[in-house]
Amino acid sequence: MDWTALTLSIRLGLLTVVLLLPIAFLVARWLAFGRFRGRGFVEALVALPLILPPTVLGYYLLVAFGRASPLGQAFEAVLGHPLVFSFEGLLLASLLVNLPFAVQPMQNALAAIPPNLRDAARCCGLSPLAAIRRVELPLALPGIATAAVLTFAHTLGEFGVVLMVGGSIPGETRTVAIAIYDRVQAFDEASAGVMALVLLTLSLVALGVTNTLARRMAHRH
Amino acid sequence: MDGTGELRVRLRQAAPFPLSVEFSAPPGSVTALFGPSGSGKSTVLRAIAGLHRTDDALVACGGQRWTDTAAGEFLPSHRRPVGFVFQDYALFPHLTVRDQLALALGHRPPGERAARISALLALARLEGLAARKPAALSGGEQQRVALARALARDPAVLLLDEPFAAVDWALRESLRHELAALRRQVSLTVVMVTHDFDDVAKLASHLVVIERGSVTAAGTVADLTSRNAVPGLGGAREPAVALDAHVVAQDPARRLTHLAAGTLRLEVPAVPGPVGTSVRIQIGAREVILASRRPEGLSLHNILDARVLAVEPGGHDALRLVHLAVGDARLLSLVTADAVRTLGLDRGAPVLALVKAVAVEAFA
Repeated sequence: MDWTALTLSIRLGLLTVVLLLPIAFLVARWLAFGRFRGRGFVEALVALPLILPPTVLGYYLLVAFGRASPLGQAFEAVLGHPLVFSFEGLLLASLLVNLPFAVQPMQNALAAIPPNLRDAARCCGLSPLAAIRRVELPLALPGIATAAVLTFAHTLGEFGVVLMVGGSIPGETRTVAIAIYDRVQAFDEASAGVMALVLLTLSLVALGVTNTLARRMAHRH
Repeated sequence: MDGTGELRVRLRQAAPFPLSVEFSAPPGSVTALFGPSGSGKSTVLRAIAGLHRTDDALVACGGQRWTDTAAGEFLPSHRRPVGFVFQDYALFPHLTVRDQLALALGHRPPGERAARISALLALARLEGLAARKPAALSGGEQQRVALARALARDPAVLLLDEPFAAVDWALRESLRHELAALRRQVSLTVVMVTHDFDDVAKLASHLVVIERGSVTAAGTVADLTSRNAVPGLGGAREPAVALDAHVVAQDPARRLTHLAAGTLRLEVPAVPGPVGTSVRIQIGAREVILASRRPEGLSLHNILDARVLAVEPGGHDALRLVHLAVGDARLLSLVTADAVRTLGLDRGAPVLALVKAVAVEAFA
């Protein structure tokens, strides 16, 4: 059992959730309520990581994060080390890869709020920000919880993109999913099996909790 | 809050559907926007609240301009002192009745809010329901919550979008009574969208008829109904005059109430309320009998001296609608063309209008 890999995975998952959810909420809100041309295109862009082979995505991120790219150079100037094959690079990749898992549940939840309720919030004297806080957020809570759990679980399991962008540096970029692959390559089936079971359990519990939570909230109203 | 000003509305748009509407609602009036579904009346209401923007618009209340496209002014919805009761009530499913009201009290200092909530709960008869969520309320209770929440804003204008459309007929009538009672307690300018003329006849003081995005008639309800000049009613409704009256005397021994509408005096079956209580009355043209001499031995309470103002076709070959002046009020009488001939009902002719007490529909 590779404890370093497990804590790294959990740290990556939690950071991804904390950083991604606010951004994804704004994107979800924009897609759910905004009326603009090219919405279909933006939605497709957000959903892209769902169907793109992880190696393709990883390749492009590798190029975008590399020392030759402006992004890579900017990060290196700030961090003092290259973005690729670092935890920060992995986190950035994780944010992009998880966009659809965070955006789509929240977008669906927001779109399900009757337009009249948002109008009523305004007519009750709530500013746009207050309306988000007191009406939209509470009503979209099941979607937000689902987004958090899916993002976390998916980050634990992501393999292809992590391998491409992060490699397998212990304590820096070697996540559990990578560690399992490593152990199998080294014919250490016992360790691989334990870690696989841990991931399976975590994913199962996460999904179970989301479903129960969503159902309980739906019944609450 | 400046609740004393007149509400002025002028809206024009070409798309998504043409709209050209202009009217004003006097302070304290109940103005009904009446017309068929899809005529654009709800859009007018939304524009007053700032929820809909048109190319060319002026919405002003008292001295405040809420929308003025010419001057590039637009006050966002949440800064307008309006209370909006939505057709489906739009209650927040995650909040209790108390919290729905608290949400709309942001403009008051925190120290006042609890007392204001109690007052609103009492006003809307919701005291026992403060901890309930909307799903645990009946349709009528939900409507009262929506109304209390709209009043919590301390609005200069109360906007009602088809307030009774979502409830069945029996509840509708009792909700109308509640709204009328509320109007006696709170002085407010109300703009109400409806396609049910019963709402107009019972609750509205002023009427704006909107058909296909344009105003086809506007005026007081008494004037428009007594001239039979409400477009859009078609043959769906018998001509009837709606008048504002008040109680001048109670006659408990005979179980009658004496009402006055201007110089018009009527005896009607007992209407509860002390002298001075305002009552909306409706008299159907079919219920008014005309006579050339004073009849005797009839079960009749109201024999009124009238004068013929005009005679128009009555929607059927054999019928005529006679417009009558009774003092400073007007009545309508639907009679046969034959009666017009035999009684000599020409313009200016004196005549007696006979109105059964039970034919006067009183709404208080």
